Formats: sequence, structure tokens, C-alpha cells
Amino acid sequence: MRLAVYLPLLLPLLTPLGVRLLAERCEPRLGTWLLSLCALVLGAASTLSLGLLALAGLVRVPWLAALGHWAPPAPRDDPAAVPVSLAAGLLLGGATLMAVRFLLRRARTLAAAALDAACMPAHDGLVVVDDEAPDAFALPGLPGRVVVSTGMLHTLEPAEHRILLAHERAHLTSHHYAFVAAAQLGAAANPLLRPLARAVTYTIERWADESAAASTGDRRQVARAVGKAALAARHADRTPRGALGFLGRGGKGTPGPVPRRVAALLAPPRGPRPLLTAVTLAVPAAALLAAGEAALDLHRLLESLGIR
Amino acid sequence: MDGNTRDQTSRQPNGARETQILALLQHAGGALTPGEVVERLQAELTYSTVVTILTRMHGKGMLHRSPRGRAYAYAPVTDDAGFAARRMRSVLDDRPDREAVLARFADELSDADADLLRQMLGDTDDGGTDGTDR
Repeated sequence: MRLAVYLPLLLPLLTPLGVRLLAERCEPRLGTWLLSLCALVLGAASTLSLGLLALAGLVRVPWLAALGHWAPPAPRDDPAAVPVSLAAGLLLGGATLMAVRFLLRRARTLAAAALDAACMPAHDGLVVVDDEAPDAFALPGLPGRVVVSTGMLHTLEPAEHRILLAHERAHLTSHHYAFVAAAQLGAAANPLLRPLARAVTYTIERWADESAAASTGDRRQVARAVGKAALAARHADRTPRGALGFLGRGGKGTPGPVPRRVAALLAPPRGPRPLLTAVTLAVPAAALLAAGEAALDLHRLLESLGIR
Repeated sequence: MDGNTRDQTSRQPNGARETQILALLQHAGGALTPGEVVERLQAELTYSTVVTILTRMHGKGMLHRSPRGRAYAYAPVTDDAGFAARRMRSVLDDRPDREAVLARFADELSDADADLLRQMLGDTDDGGTDGTDR
């Protein structure tokens, strides 16, 4: 228990190392799967570890032991000192609260999106909106909608319309909102996993870009369409919303998501990276094993105390 | 006043209520007065809250209204384009996680990003016209 219970808490510290490689060097569909999986599993495993540490401390509280008629364990098989358990308990409370809050909020937003989508007059899942500001997005729902403004259609040529549609439809058919939600849930429980969640919002765009490229057969053309749309949207977008979204990304010296997408499309396609995949999968697997081992240890301790 | 307090304490955000009322009006098959909306909502919202929401939706151009008796009767704006245009910007507008749910084709650009992008696109255009790769 001593080491195993801490491992799921330490593993998320490794994430900054792998995130860049997975987001930039890996085939985006596989990258998205790996990043979401890591975020979700590491978030769950670290929360479980906090729970085990807290529980192990609880067993040690003398008046609780008296109340429950068990003997407090001898100090030598202390899995955790009481201050550690206390801290773990507080963190556990925070993690649970944030995760539940996130789930409720996201479920409501997705339900609102589905309702909005259902209310939209659409032809073949496409809603064309008479609006000069170039904008386009996929609205998840049952079924989802691709919403495109006439401004965006005027900006792009007919061949690029097909790219735009293929890109947005890929978001809907591959359920990208679910990958984003899974990764963000992990990050809500454990803030150390936020880089993973941020990376997933990028890799789903890459995934949709590559889907569009696969359907049109020309990655260079997709790169041009993405760049053109982004530049046009920038000229037109003077709403506070745009400015606000922009604040979150501002000047860190590294290029933003759109130039990186364009650069990736202009470079040769990325392969599946078997070694990177194996190493990445080892991390959540280790976290799960360690958490399981720690849970088993605690179970044994509780049994030895006669608690069941 | 009553309506206002209800407005602030109610859990449901405005967008969800608007969508709910919009769906109701679309299925009503005719214009409805606030009183009729309240009736059909089965007392989920107070009369004054419904009036507030309907007035706001009318202000956003989502609803037509025509005088009926002492009140107005509201109906959804029916022309597809006009309706959707006003909706586009307000989709999930009051949701904090709006951007995480809407998958935008082209994200925001910083000044440096825009310059970089122009450079890259300029390069591809040259490459394209020359017919040379890379």
C-alpha cells in the first residue's frame, strides 16, 4: 500500500512529457483516443487513491474505532500518517465536487445543444444562416447540426465548402464532444491533467481535418481552407465573445491551434507510432494496477481489523 | 417583483427556458399569449417571468408579436434564414462551456498566428502554382 497508493497521484506529473508528442506526432484519431483515455483513467485512479488514503486515516481515529468496535491498527502497518489522510480527504472532497459539477454542467449544455439542434430548420443536417460574419460550427444533438453562415460560404470556394462540411460532419459522426467531455472530466477531478484535456480539443480538430482530407484527397487544399476561414473569421469577428475566447490563448510565443493544424496538414501524414502508443498505454495501466493493489491492501487491513 | 426573484433563484438558465418556450410555440400551431404559454408550461414559470422571456426573445428577433386583447400574442419567426441568423450567435450563448461543445471550424487567431498563417498560405499558393511539392 505504501508506494502503490501514491503512484496514481504521481503519474499525472508525467503528463506534460507525453502530451506534446501525442498531440503533434501521433495520428490524430489514435492521439485523441490515447489522450482522452489517459485523462479519464488517471483522473479516476488518482481520485481512488485519495479515497483510499482518506479511508486508511479514518480507520485510525480512536473514537471512530471505539464507535465501530474495532481495534485501531498498530502504528507499524500505518499505510498513511493522519495528516496525509486529512489532506487526502480534503483533496478527495474537492475532486469529487469538481467532477460532479462538471458532469452536471456538461450534461445540461449537451441537452441544451440537442434541443437547439432539434429546433433548427435543417436540410440534410446542414443549417445555412444568413449572416455576413464568417462562422461555422458543429452542434451536437440527436441528430446534430452543422451550422454555417453565408459569410463563411462566401469566403470559401465550392471545393472548400465540401471540406468545411466534411470537417464539421466528422465532429458529429465521430462524437468528438464525448472525447472532449471525457478528458475534461478527468481534468476536473485532477487539475494536473488539464494539459491532456487542452490537447484533446486540438486533436479532435486535427482528426476532423484529416477526415476532410481523406474525403477530398487533398491535404494541402484542406490546409488552405482552414487558414482562409480562420483569417476571414478574424477580420469579421469583433464581438466581445471572440475577444474573450482570444484572451485565454494570448501570446505565449508558441503558435496557436490554427497555424499548427495548417502546418500539420502541409507536412506528411503522421503514422500510428506503436512505441509511443505502448508507452502511453502503460501509464494508465500502471495507475489502475497500483490503485487496485492499494485497494486490495486496504481491504486486507480492514479485514484484519474485523471491519467488513 | 415575484417574477424577478423567481428569475434569479431558478436553476434553469435563460437559454434553456427560451428553447423550451420556442419549442412550445413551434408546436402550438398559432400565436400564443403569455397567459396561454404559462398554461401550457403547467405552472413551471410565473406569468411575469414568461412575459420577460417572451419580450426578450422578441427583442432578439426570434418571435413575431401581434396585439390580441390587452396582451400580445407571440409566434416564432418562420422564415428559415431569418430565424436561424439570429439564432446562430445565441446558440448556447449563456453557457460557460459553450466553446467546448461547439466545434468551430476556425478558432481565434492572435496577431502572430495570423501573420504566420499568411506566410504558410502564401507558401502553399506558390507551391501549388509551380506544381512542385514542398
